[in-house]
This record gives sequence, structure tokens and C-alpha cells, in this order.
Amino acid sequence: MHAAIEFFGDFFYLLLDTLRAIGPALSSGRGRHLAWRNLWIQMNRIGVESIPIVALVMFCIGAILAMQIAPELAQFGIVPPTADVVALATFREMGPLVSAVVMTGFGGAAIAAEIGTMVVGEEIEAMEALAIDPIRFLVVPRVLAGLLMMVCLTVVGDLAAMFGGLVASALLLHLGSMQYTHHALAILKVGDFVTGLIKAGVFGVLITAIACFMGLKVRGGAEGVGLNTSKTVVFTIVALILVDLIFTSVFFYLGV
Amino acid sequence: MPEPLIQLRGINKHFGDRMIYRDLQLDIFPGETLVIMGGSGSGKSTLLRVLMGHIKIDSGQVLIRGRSLDDMDRRELDSWRKSVGVLFQTGALFNSMTLRENLALPVREHTDLDDQTIDLMVQIYLQLVGLREHIDKLPAELSGGMKKRGGLARALMMQPRILFYDEPTAGLDPISTAQIDELIMNLKDKMGTTSVVVTHDMQSAFKLADRLALLFDGKFAAVGSVEYFRTTADPLVRQFIDGRLDGPFVNPSDQCSYKAELLGRKIQEVPHGKKTT
Repeated sequence: MHAAIEFFGDFFYLLLDTLRAIGPALSSGRGRHLAWRNLWIQMNRIGVESIPIVALVMFCIGAILAMQIAPELAQFGIVPPTADVVALATFREMGPLVSAVVMTGFGGAAIAAEIGTMVVGEEIEAMEALAIDPIRFLVVPRVLAGLLMMVCLTVVGDLAAMFGGLVASALLLHLGSMQYTHHALAILKVGDFVTGLIKAGVFGVLITAIACFMGLKVRGGAEGVGLNTSKTVVFTIVALILVDLIFTSVFFYLGV
Repeated sequence: MPEPLIQLRGINKHFGDRMIYRDLQLDIFPGETLVIMGGSGSGKSTLLRVLMGHIKIDSGQVLIRGRSLDDMDRRELDSWRKSVGVLFQTGALFNSMTLRENLALPVREHTDLDDQTIDLMVQIYLQLVGLREHIDKLPAELSGGMKKRGGLARALMMQPRILFYDEPTAGLDPISTAQIDELIMNLKDKMGTTSVVVTHDMQSAFKLADRLALLFDGKFAAVGSVEYFRTTADPLVRQFIDGRLDGPFVNPSDQCSYKAELLGRKIQEVPHGKKTT
């Protein structure tokens, strides 16, 4: 119990320190261009390289959703609302969540392993000895990149899923693409899009912050790196689902 | 006698149940090269981490020019760290960066110098350690000795007045060892740096030191000049320097109750490592 409180306490402090360090990292003269360069590198590594996988996975999920739902709706003689269900499920839930899971496997694990290896190789200590704050130099660019790229990935994922649903509907359900698009656009409200993106941003912070935290907590050489990398994936997926539940409950309560 | 630059006053430190220091006392004077020796696991490298403020002590005081490390705020601690260059055991170069980027990093972070000037500095310091032709290599492409020399060049980039060396010659061949020793001596002669060298390489220790200190059982068992260490009859110092197996010196790693575990009895330790059951 004591260890769990300490663990969450440490994570909370890391988030707090990261929040405090964001401003100075991006605005102060000291090392400013390094922070921006680091942010750019991380956005590329965490986000851009995940785009093809997110697009592929979400395309498949869109198609799967359409094929799962259409037979049920066909029983009532209404196939076109398939697009409504695919759109709502994707924009409110599947888009942010599945993109986040892909980013966890792709970026989260890589961040934890990279920072963990730096801990083992005395690089973090060397950084502190050079009076360079590892939170400002390592954590801030990764967390900001996570936030920004998760939002971008979710938009890509949402569109890919809608396209997957459209292809499945056109090929297998004989639902016209115009009809599909019309239905999807009619049912979607700005709120559906925005709530999905808010969730995505929080997921991005969560994925990268947990990965950095677990990386910095590595002890005991290569074995420690491996252990904390796999723990990162497990902890992050559990955290994503719990936070998703909280968000959905709040949005449900607020009627958004 | 000049005022000490660094004073250790009654330092106590435990890692869990394991005692690292008990009432540790030491003064480090400006301009001197102090070599700290001791067995594996005796807390030599930890002491450098304590001096850098990376590890908190249980009790006691680390005074830097009379100011306690504990009383320093983040800005003061950063300023202290910037004034110290540290050479880590492995060199601790950042693996994702080339040598050029590694050396440029601290200067870019802490000064407003333009890139051209920084690059010039990088080349000068790499020339000093004999690595200029490897400037665009990643650490993975360098040998152990080259990594250490690269780490030393990076430590020098902020032109520190104080240098900490953590096992600078461990694992190196005799030629590389001589190169590193030569560098350390040159730095002292040309820049007048204060150096703290942690090592158990006796040849290097005698070559580099103005004073030596032997860490044993959480305390400095002996602190003195090279001459003192060469001539003393203290059995503990003699055993360590001569590398004999029999004597009072016991490595902390050997003190675990191996016999007790085998025999199911507790073996009590007495000072200077003599064991009684």
C-alpha cells in the first residue's frame, strides 16, 4: 500500500514538474531552440511514424463496425443508419482509444526503453551534473509531442475509420457512398468531434508521461529496462481505459 | 593552510539496512588533487554523487565554500554543478548524439554563444583529448577509452575549476590509462583545477595524487600524502596498497554472512573486518 502511494505520488510530482517546466522550456532564451528541436524530433518519432499503422488499424475497425452493425439494422429494414453508428462510435470512442493504444505500443514503449537505457548508462546523472534538468530536456518535449500528435493521430484515425466503413458499406452492404456520407455528417455534432479530441489530448499526455516516468524509474541494468518497458504498456492501457471511463461518465452526466 | 573548498562533516548514509558512511569527515582544499581509494562497494563513487547533490545524506553536512548543499536552492545547486566537471565511469556520453553534439550541449544550454564559437570550442577540447578526427561519430562507434576521453572533453566545456573523476582508468589498457593520467595532470598544471579522483588503480593514484584517502567501513581510515601512504606501517593501508589477501581489509561485498547462511548462525562483524562467531 505504501509503495503504491509512493508510486502515484512520484508520478503526480513528475506531472507537476513537467507542467512547471513547459513554459521555461519553450519560451526562455536558455536552450530554447534545443527544446523546439527536441519537440520536433519527438513529434516525428511518436506521431508521424505511427500514422500508417493508425490509419490501417482504424480503416479495419471502421469496416468491422459497419459489417457488425448492418445485419442487426437490416432486420429492421434500415441499413443506411450503419453510417450513423460507425460515425458516433468512431469519433466519440474508437478513434481516440485505438489511436492511443497504437501510440502506447509504438511511442510509449520506445520512450520508456530509451529513457531507461539512459538511466542505466549514467546519462541522466550526467545531464544533472551538467545542470541540465532532465524534466525540461527529456520529459517536456515528449509529453508535448504526445499531446499534439495524439490529437493529429485521432483525426487521421477518425477519417480512416469512416473511410473503412464507407468501403465496407459500398462493397458488401450496397450502401451508396453519398448516402453513407450524408448520414454520417447529419448525425455528427461538433461536440462529438471535440470530446473525442479532448480525450485524445489527455491520452497523449498520459501515454508519454507514464512512459517517461517508468523510464526514469528503471533500476538494475538491461533487465530493468525490459521490465519497465513492458510495465509501461500494461499500466498505460489500464490508465487509458480508466481515464476513458471517467471522461465518458462526465460527458454522459453533462449530456455532451 | 587555505580555507577548504569542500568540507564533509559527520556524514551518515544508509541504503536500506546497508551502512555506507558513518560520521565521515574530510576537507578538500583548492588546487589539490585528492585521490579517494577503497574496496569495491565501499561508497567511493557514491561520495561523488553526494558532493554533486545527486544523493541526499541521512545526516551531517556537505559544505561548499562554507555553504551547506542542503541549504542551496535550485539556482545555487545548478551554479555549483556548472562549476564542476564530472567524468563518469563509462564516460556517460549521450548515445543519441554525436561527439560534437555531446560537447556542444552544455554550452548551448547555459550560454548565449553562437554556433560557430561553440563549434570552435568543441574542436579545441576534442583536440586536447585527441579525438578531433572522431568529432561526428556516435558514442557507439568509439572504444571504452575514447568514450572516457570524450566524457572528459565534455566535462571541460564549461571550463570548470573543479573536476571529479569516477574511476577514470578502470577497464582501460596501460596506454589508454597513461593517456588519461597525463590529461588529468596537464589539466591540473595548466588550469589549476581542484580534482577529486576515485580509483583503485594504485599506479594512477600515486602518479596523480597530492593527497590520498582510504575509505573503509564507512569512514576514511587514512588520509595523507603520497609519501605517507608509501611508508606507513598501518596494516590496513599496507594490505590495500600491496594487494595482499590476508589482513584487516575486507571488501564490503565479502562481508555478507556467507558462512552464517551456510551454517544457519549469525556471524558478528568486529572493526577491521575480523570475524567472530
